[in-house]
Amino acid sequence: MSTIAAISTPNAAGGIGIVKISGPDAIAVADSVFACVGTKKLSELPGYSVRFGHVHDGEETLDQAVAIVYRAPKSYTGEDVVELQCHGGLFLMQQILRLCLKNGAVPAEPGEFTKRAFLNGKMDLTEAESVMTLISAHGRQAADAAFNVLQGSLSQEIKDIANVFIAAAAHMSAWVDYPDDEIEDLNFDKLKTDFQDARNKLSSLIDRFDMGQAITEGVETVIVGKPNVGKSTLMNLLLGRERSIVTEIAGTTRDVVEETARIGNVVLRLSDTAGIRESSDVVESIGIEYAKTKLSHSTLILAIIDGSKSLDDEDLAILKECKGKPSICIINKSDLGNVVKRSDVLDFVSTAVTISAKDKASYDVLREALEELLGTAEFDSSEAMLINERQLSCCQKSLVCIDEAIEAIDSGLTMDAVNVSVDAAIAPLLELTGERVSDAVVNEVFSKFCVGK
Amino acid sequence: MEYFADNYDVAIIGAGHAGIEAGLASARMGVRTVVFTISADWVGNCPCNTAIGGTSKGTLVKEIDALGGEMGLATDHNMIQSRMLNLGKGPAVHSPRAQVDRRDYSAYMKNTLEKCENLDLRQAEIVDIKQLPDGQWQVKTKLEALYTAKCVVIATGTFLRGRVYVGEVNYPSGPDGMFPSNDLSDALHKLGVKTRRFKTGTPSRANKRSINFENLEVQEADEKLVRFSHDKSFTPENKAVCHITYTNDETKRVILDNLDRSPLYNGSIEGVGPRYCPSIESKIMTFPNKERHQIFIEPCGLNTQEMYLQGLSSSLPEDVQLKFLRTIPGFENIEVIRTAYAIEYDCVDPRYLKPTLEFLDFPGLFGCGTFCSSSGYEEAAAQGIVAGINAALLVKNKPPFILDRASSYIGTLIDDLITKTLTEPYRMMTSRSEYRLVLRQDNADLRLTKFGYELGLISKERYNEVCEKQRLIDEEIERIKSTTIAPSEELNSLLVSRETSPMKTGTKLIELVRRPELGYEDLAPFDKTRPELSDEIKEEVEIEAKYEGYIKRQQAQINEMRRLESKKLPEDLDYMSIVNLRLEAREKLSKIKPSSVGQASRIDGVSPADISVLLIYMEKEKI
Repeated sequence: MSTIAAISTPNAAGGIGIVKISGPDAIAVADSVFACVGTKKLSELPGYSVRFGHVHDGEETLDQAVAIVYRAPKSYTGEDVVELQCHGGLFLMQQILRLCLKNGAVPAEPGEFTKRAFLNGKMDLTEAESVMTLISAHGRQAADAAFNVLQGSLSQEIKDIANVFIAAAAHMSAWVDYPDDEIEDLNFDKLKTDFQDARNKLSSLIDRFDMGQAITEGVETVIVGKPNVGKSTLMNLLLGRERSIVTEIAGTTRDVVEETARIGNVVLRLSDTAGIRESSDVVESIGIEYAKTKLSHSTLILAIIDGSKSLDDEDLAILKECKGKPSICIINKSDLGNVVKRSDVLDFVSTAVTISAKDKASYDVLREALEELLGTAEFDSSEAMLINERQLSCCQKSLVCIDEAIEAIDSGLTMDAVNVSVDAAIAPLLELTGERVSDAVVNEVFSKFCVGK
Repeated sequence: MEYFADNYDVAIIGAGHAGIEAGLASARMGVRTVVFTISADWVGNCPCNTAIGGTSKGTLVKEIDALGGEMGLATDHNMIQSRMLNLGKGPAVHSPRAQVDRRDYSAYMKNTLEKCENLDLRQAEIVDIKQLPDGQWQVKTKLEALYTAKCVVIATGTFLRGRVYVGEVNYPSGPDGMFPSNDLSDALHKLGVKTRRFKTGTPSRANKRSINFENLEVQEADEKLVRFSHDKSFTPENKAVCHITYTNDETKRVILDNLDRSPLYNGSIEGVGPRYCPSIESKIMTFPNKERHQIFIEPCGLNTQEMYLQGLSSSLPEDVQLKFLRTIPGFENIEVIRTAYAIEYDCVDPRYLKPTLEFLDFPGLFGCGTFCSSSGYEEAAAQGIVAGINAALLVKNKPPFILDRASSYIGTLIDDLITKTLTEPYRMMTSRSEYRLVLRQDNADLRLTKFGYELGLISKERYNEVCEKQRLIDEEIERIKSTTIAPSEELNSLLVSRETSPMKTGTKLIELVRRPELGYEDLAPFDKTRPELSDEIKEEVEIEAKYEGYIKRQQAQINEMRRLESKKLPEDLDYMSIVNLRLEAREKLSKIKPSSVGQASRIDGVSPADISVLLIYMEKEKI
């Protein structure tokens, strides 16, 4: 039985998000992405244990989280289960899920947790009937969705990549199955070049996944700045309407306000935070805490400063938070003077613009900076794009095998070993198009090579 | 007048490569067996080329040998040339191939059947088959003898309603000018067995005297002869060479000028031919830009001048054949003994069979070989032994013998046959097996001898030898894992000369064996505690060490596959009543009646969601 993982909270921004992992390796998978505070590992804990800790990708911490361990059979599915309760946010949750997949879990099919629960005797017949309907309905839905996706450019792109490997596999197969026929010898250098080209295509498809998510799901964006530098004005500029309470009194924005705004072809999921600064006001300090959390979870930071005044320690503290993250410094209030120069802040942020948020014309300046930063300016919506984790996971699995094939060529292994990696690279790609490796290769052999007695 | 002749446990119809293995396996398992053949002069005939083995087929022959079959022994005893194909391309694809003497091979097989206890060989054409009310089968010969049997195995090859095509001429015929079997085809239809038409073909045979070999390439045999069987008591010898020539533009012109006289292209053949045995006219039509096509000239035996012209299958008229042959270098004055022909025949869709090769709808009736839509002697023999074993087991009331895909090429072959939608005769190829790094020709004995022994087809002594071989391999792998080799000047100079990095500190022996630039044998001088081992064992150790990572990965896939394979599906499961399955899946499952969830998951048109529904249904119904 494989170990499955999925985001089990609704696919929307929420206060808390749960990644659920179930299966024989659930605890091992969780241990590789989650470090408890203290010395113990989850695998050393009994069932029903709860631990606080952080989710990490081996180098960096992604989020603080609470892990709950269930031991088989005492869990929803009847298997070992770990729930990672994190700080929500669609993008972050997907990152955490991907980490789990990278560490050995496979994406859960629709209804699979319930199916396992049933198969492990955790559910009665009546419930099972309804699960069955659910699964078959999902199956159809998934098939329809797959069909629709395959109509488009993704299908073509995947096929183009798969075809490189099918052609190679067919050549190997013809070369092996018809040793007496005049099959051109395999040129491993050429093969390697072809593999690398296809690898790059696949890898850019995978890289574009995030961009695709930015366009379809939105980029988690936070606006930060010390009080009264114009955060809410900026937000209103982006949204094109008044949303936050904008006053001259510092600290007016007490809650995190969430909105979505389409800027050019990018969707920003905007959080306008309370001004970050030490506050004695209890209500506001809660807002500030939350803002800090938001800051560490967001994909994009819009750091705003008052450009008509010189940078102070508070501004610098905020800018320092931006270091190493996709971020734009908005040097606001250009109408009141230009004391802060772009060069003063570029050490901290990815890029900087000088605007007056009150001026509607500033919108275009911002849009250009955004598109440039996110790489979406050139985005062609007809270009192939992976749209879900399952497709991403298939492509990632394939990528691993392609790298193995290249490595096998490099290390001078014989063709049969290379061939196994090539077959393994094709399988997950064909999974997306519903074909089978062996049939695809055999068909290619006979259409490309004149073989046989 | 009809008369009752005899009662047997198992009756085999056909004494080709499938029928022979079926008959021998059944008789050797101790049940009374009869083998019927249309011509006792051509038991185990090779109506196409006189070669056994080749890519992936060589592995099939070794697997048949490991199960206690005859094909490997017959090949070793009658080979006149042999080669190991694909050396240098990796152990997973090494393929032994041998030319055999066609007459000697046939005589050897006939003699083996004749000598086999519990087995009767009879020359008779079976013209009728039916099931008696008590469940027994009854077959009738052309001479009106009635035989009853608990099981019948059909292995009719290309004989069933065979029809030969040469240009505009076509007539009912079996291969090599033998009678076709027409009445049996009608009897099967009456019984309710559906058949379809497939076709295949063979090139002409020419007189060696008329070929000018002077400027032709020679293809020598290997110095060290390969073997197919376990029997080391005799040493096969190389006695012949093959030659190579090529077609040219003139050949192409003659063929294209006469294409309208080819039954393949003027529409008179309805049967579907295999893509891997294309006629020369198909090759020229499909690959118009290929300048030349390679022709192998292979001897058909030692006591004959007949030469097989591999690569020149054709169904063009005789006069056109002669004309294009004479355009080819070396063939300027060629005299043909037998003209090339295409043959069309009845066969069944093997999806109507179980993995035991018993018909789903006809208990006790089995099919195997070309009759089951495969092509090739080795594919036929592989099915033959499985059908024969299962017929005998059924007679003895014992559980069936099923080889899964991960066990063997035989298992892969049968699983493909009973699961896939075939549009042409099925040929085994290495790319058909997803587990080919594990299923190698060199370890067929280690994989399968155990089953042959358990079935009673292999002696205790021979089984013990294989167990001992396995033990020595395991022991040696353990030893090279734990043995450390110290760096030395000699060793480092060897490493440098092989363009691999020299050692600075002591290294585990297995790490050195794993380097692609080095072999197990190269390290012998530096390995002081190495035991004396046979070449076969050394080969296994080297492969297991070098490919350990890949083999482990395939083993993991195999374990996952076997999990679904172990979930058995009852034959009488009413798929149409499982409303949550998609309609296409319901129809396909009802037709194919897969034996396990694993097989069900490999049927085209059955989705993963359908499999989930099926699993839940089974759980709910406590299946």
